[in-house]
Amino acid sequence: MNADRVTAAILADLLSARHSGVVVDSPPGAGKSTLVVRAAAEIAATGEPVMIVAQTNEQVDDLVVRLSARFGADLPDAVIGRLSRAGFGAPQRIGGLTNVAVSADAAELAHATVTIATAAKWAHVRDRHWRWAIVDEAYQMRSDALLGLASRFDRALFVGDPGQLDPFSTVDSDRWRGLAWDPMQSAVAVLLRNNPHLPVHRLPVSWRLPASAEGVVSRAFYPFTGFRSGAAAHERELRFTAPATAGRTDAALDEAARSGWALLELPARHTIRTDAEAVAAVAALTRRLVERRALARSGGDARPVTPDRIAVGAAHRDQVAALRAALGDVPVDVDTANRLQGREYDVTVFLHPLSGRRDATAFHLEAGRLCVLASRHRQACVVVARAGIRDLLDEHPSTEPVHLNEPVRFPDGWAAHQTMLAHLEEHRVRSTGP
Amino acid sequence: MTAVVSFARVRAVKTGRAQPIATVRHVHLSPRPLVLVPLALAGEANAPLAAMVGTHPDDDRLLVVPQPRNRDLRFTFVADLADAVLPYVHSYCYDIEHVRGRDRFTGAPQVLVPNAAGVRFLALLGRSTRFRRTDGDYPVAPNVPLLGRWLTFLAERAETPGSAALLALTDALALHWASGQSPVEDQNLAAVLGWIDPPEGLSGADAARAAEDPSVWPPAGPTTDPGFDADVLVPAIRAYDRAVETAGPVAQRRARTAIEEVLRGQLEPTWRLMWRGLDLLRALPPGASVADRWAADRAAFTGFREHVVGGGPPQGRRDGAVASARRLNRLERQLDEYEAARAFDDPLVLAAHRVTGAAFAGTVVTVDRDRRVENANGTPVNRPLVTVATADPVHLGPGTEVVAVSRRNQTGTVQCVGSIVDKTHVTLELRGGMGRARVPPPGTVPDVGERLCYTSVLAGNVPAPPLPDTERTPWTHGGPPVPYEPPTEDGT
Repeated sequence: MNADRVTAAILADLLSARHSGVVVDSPPGAGKSTLVVRAAAEIAATGEPVMIVAQTNEQVDDLVVRLSARFGADLPDAVIGRLSRAGFGAPQRIGGLTNVAVSADAAELAHATVTIATAAKWAHVRDRHWRWAIVDEAYQMRSDALLGLASRFDRALFVGDPGQLDPFSTVDSDRWRGLAWDPMQSAVAVLLRNNPHLPVHRLPVSWRLPASAEGVVSRAFYPFTGFRSGAAAHERELRFTAPATAGRTDAALDEAARSGWALLELPARHTIRTDAEAVAAVAALTRRLVERRALARSGGDARPVTPDRIAVGAAHRDQVAALRAALGDVPVDVDTANRLQGREYDVTVFLHPLSGRRDATAFHLEAGRLCVLASRHRQACVVVARAGIRDLLDEHPSTEPVHLNEPVRFPDGWAAHQTMLAHLEEHRVRSTGP
Repeated sequence: MTAVVSFARVRAVKTGRAQPIATVRHVHLSPRPLVLVPLALAGEANAPLAAMVGTHPDDDRLLVVPQPRNRDLRFTFVADLADAVLPYVHSYCYDIEHVRGRDRFTGAPQVLVPNAAGVRFLALLGRSTRFRRTDGDYPVAPNVPLLGRWLTFLAERAETPGSAALLALTDALALHWASGQSPVEDQNLAAVLGWIDPPEGLSGADAARAAEDPSVWPPAGPTTDPGFDADVLVPAIRAYDRAVETAGPVAQRRARTAIEEVLRGQLEPTWRLMWRGLDLLRALPPGASVADRWAADRAAFTGFREHVVGGGPPQGRRDGAVASARRLNRLERQLDEYEAARAFDDPLVLAAHRVTGAAFAGTVVTVDRDRRVENANGTPVNRPLVTVATADPVHLGPGTEVVAVSRRNQTGTVQCVGSIVDKTHVTLELRGGMGRARVPPPGTVPDVGERLCYTSVLAGNVPAPPLPDTERTPWTHGGPPVPYEPPTEDGT
């Protein structure tokens, strides 16, 4: 189905006010933010104020920048209110925008056409009510967070990526399993269980992912709905301006440039989480990626892959800290899967969540984690892993119990890992170690 | 499993004895706990079979259900159990202390069961009895639903991180010792105690292997040994059934006594193990925050007692949308507090955080004591800088808040982390604990050469987000709940 027709149908559904909520599922990079900005503009054009809920401050600021540009062009009088916690220093990219007001107090933003904040901040706003709300990254939001702010609005558009990480809790309890309002579930899961008749739309085209990623990402993480890449195979190209030297690091980068994927496989070994060799391998890949001054072509437009267009990902925070230390002064984004959600880069390098592990826990098997790491790139994705993950998977099939009355989560993390790994093995470069 | 626990497990295998993973006791232990060893009938959902209960090793009380499939006998058993448990609970309802304008009992009941399955069994028993009616067609004794409510209270407390109101002994032991077996095997009380305190001349592994023989160490319940079920229990119950059908009261009593004797044989070894495990735990000195956590248990006990006495309804069958969100937020906060407090109490717990880079110990190398910066209002405030050199792997980013174990009233914010030769240098900006003077008084800022251990595992101080009232549950979560209408006929 045509992407424009889907967007038109979503907006028609929303503005018809026939439903209290409209849900939009979006694969990675399918124009979610564009949809949010457009919906906000269309609601604002009717003269009604709208509240926007995002999950992290980065997401809020990204949206503020885009809203500011869109509203500056279409509705010059409209003010975008950025509600923040007290003591929040607005980042530079927001500071200069004339149609944006930043405040910690909702009352000071009463005149704003669009008011935007994180869910955590919205939970503390009292005594204000909006007819319209847009909830961005709604699959990342835990349902108890939605409970806290749902009485602030009448109707809402919920936008999110069902393939990404589920919200989580440090508490391990089966107490609420199967309840329609299980607070451990995502906001959308609870919303749809309590309101099964709400319309659910799907954005069909990923504008971010290259053609080389379409097949495997869609097969592994969106097995029933699927999506297609907006770019044909010849429209994206990654090229290095500096020559390769002999060695596995450059061989892996060349493979990634050629095919869009590379797996740099280290010798099998059980390691601690901050596996020094794997960290060094990720760092070396990233440094070479910067040194070799890649050029990324998208359609007719070629740009250098500067460090800010590169992301390095890992599953755990201590791994991220170790990677940051190893990368020192290379100004690339290094973060956990949780915090890379919703971000976009030209090239990503990540440490496989199961690398060097002796067991595969539910955390490490979670499909969403792998999906985030494997779907941030416009050009290529390089994975570093210890050998032996296939065997590890075979020894640890998912053993999570199935609970009565609880919708089964798809895709299954174990199956997604197998699919992904089978694909990566076709792009494997074996490292002999340091 | 933390690196410290993994390492201790390897050492346990190597040395043949469980290794300590705590230097202090992290659970409160009552001087007079109620030890309760329940047994259930195999193949029936939560059908009680027997229980051994008491507050002293020499004063055990054995309760049995001679025919566990007979519901009347089951409820007689529950009433007997209530006779044993409720006086114990009520014995703590006399001494009151006044704390911050509220009354709190100075003591509270503490129930100990052998393992996590025992906790689940009591939770289900509470659930199946707290709604029973004392009138109508199938009345039960008045203390049956009351016991159900107290068992439910205890089981809900057991979900609370750090609570000691209802403890599984295997869990409490696993918090302090690492055995050389898997966490699943650690649910076997006899095996765990074999690892921790093997009999003379045996290694822990041998003692644990011996503990797997059900004829020597019957399972600690609630599930019984299938061999015992088939060879001993079933014939005994059949004999009882025959006596009820055909014989007089004397023969019935004899058949019942026979069942009691075989079940006593199954329960007594576990009963002795319970007290032995308790003695091992008691030998450890309590951690500094244990008393605070027990005070929270006492406050919860006081609150629930007031609820019961005030005629409040039994706990609901399930949490509503608002109640579950509220409970989840509370549990998360309590878990954070518990994790932070445990690390402050115990250098071995802290060591696990030092391994992951969430905490570090080191020596102060430089101090900028007189540093002042302007706060958000433009007022100059003391913000000294200290740099700590450590050999630990530090994985903390700038902006992370840390607190030193020996200086709890002061927060440090990580400014930068760099490595010099073989040490990592962490520079912290300090805040708090310096009074209001222009220059921080001596001793309020660490000195050069002072050895400090900073941890980033802290309880967050972000207030819980406000949630709507139950009757204002929004449409996204199913709207306000419909009040429950009890069925008019009991049991239908």
